[in-house]
Amino acid sequence: MEKTYYDPADLGKFGNIADFEPNLAKKFFDYYGEVFKAGALTEREKALIALAVSHTVQCPYCIDAYTQETLGKGCSEAEMMEAVHVASAIRGGASLVHGVQMMNKAKKLSM
Amino acid sequence: MIKSLKAQAHTLSETDAQLDLLNGPLFYDSGNSSFTAHLKENNQFPLKPTNLEIFQINLGYMCNQTCAHCHVDAGPDRKEIMTRDNMQICVDLVRKHNFKTIDLTGGAPEMNPDFRWFVTELKKAGAQEIIVRCNLTIIVANKKYNDLPEFFKEHDVRVVSSLPYYKSEKTDKQRGNGVFDKSIKALKMLNAVGYGKPGTGLILDLVYNPAGAFLPGNQMELESDFKKELSKSWDIEFNSLLAITNLPISRFLDYLVKSENFVDYMVKLVNAFNPSAIDGLMCRNTISIDWDGHMFDCDFNQMLDIKIPAANGSHISTFDIDKLSKREISVNQHCFGCTAGAGSSCQGTTA
Repeated sequence: MEKTYYDPADLGKFGNIADFEPNLAKKFFDYYGEVFKAGALTEREKALIALAVSHTVQCPYCIDAYTQETLGKGCSEAEMMEAVHVASAIRGGASLVHGVQMMNKAKKLSM
Repeated sequence: MIKSLKAQAHTLSETDAQLDLLNGPLFYDSGNSSFTAHLKENNQFPLKPTNLEIFQINLGYMCNQTCAHCHVDAGPDRKEIMTRDNMQICVDLVRKHNFKTIDLTGGAPEMNPDFRWFVTELKKAGAQEIIVRCNLTIIVANKKYNDLPEFFKEHDVRVVSSLPYYKSEKTDKQRGNGVFDKSIKALKMLNAVGYGKPGTGLILDLVYNPAGAFLPGNQMELESDFKKELSKSWDIEFNSLLAITNLPISRFLDYLVKSENFVDYMVKLVNAFNPSAIDGLMCRNTISIDWDGHMFDCDFNQMLDIKIPAANGSHISTFDIDKLSKREISVNQHCFGCTAGAGSSCQGTTA
């Protein structure tokens, strides 16, 4: 058994999940490939969204992959960091907006 | 001034050291199969040439820049340049064989004192398309080069120029301080004589090389971003963007090793192997010629000194189209750079 939960080399082995169950893996990777093709959004825009989401789900593999993707698609460091701040703002905001719930409850309970 | 690896007597200025590194434990110890094995799996081994269409001539390793990613290890301290005698042999071959494209590269090919004579003679010999791989800054490096845009126009040369980004920071990191501003100035001079402008027929293409250890994104999207940004900020126009993957050779290899990206980058190239990029590999329709007249399957094999075997005629003085067409193309692990993702060649993506 490995001594750490995450190994950077595992990112390159993502496709190996098909070894245990090929049908669902194929469906997933086909879908994944379609999702990231240019459509109403460009590949570049999708990569920036993916970078932000990677930080929200705090997936080191995803952060590794989409840092490379966004760089390759010509995103600047400032654009990449702004995307991370978008993730951070939504995460922080998601906690903070519940403050209203706390206030509602506190007001209800208080004289 | 930044010195070339050769001037530093750096280990990686030796091609054997580069090939040893490229064939290291990643391939004999970690379960990755070689490029040859990948070709065999796709029934493409040995790799054979198609029609010889591109005659790519390196006029010398001398350059006014010392770019951090340069696989040629070019720079001001490199003195190897093609002689007029070798150029004459090339002109005679062009006259005889009527290659579709003559691709002039370097270093900065314009620094060869016989550059203009050569272009003029190639034109007289009937060359249909002449490409000059112009680093842009050479145009503004010295008064004697300021009229290059007019010279290119007069000889209907297609200009292909490197610009890794539409902003200064990444460009200067890869190509040297101040290169971006000079490149913009040169692009404006090229635009001014009609290059990159619709309806002029004067083609100005830009080359995008990633400024780091990552692969280029979608060529069409990058082109659209470059066009939008260069037009908006600088009122500059160009025709096409060619996205080219950096190959792990010479200074880019040195960068990968020093930045501890070498293994990850090679794994990335191997994992991104795209079988459909094999058909369009540039080594199949190109011959690369070095300053001394030796022939190679491509510019990258030239830099690794992997010559075309003597039996197939390894020097322009013994050029034999039949023997060349029967050769087996030499491959090694650096070739994964040309089959990764959308494929890569001196003409951009291939798959």
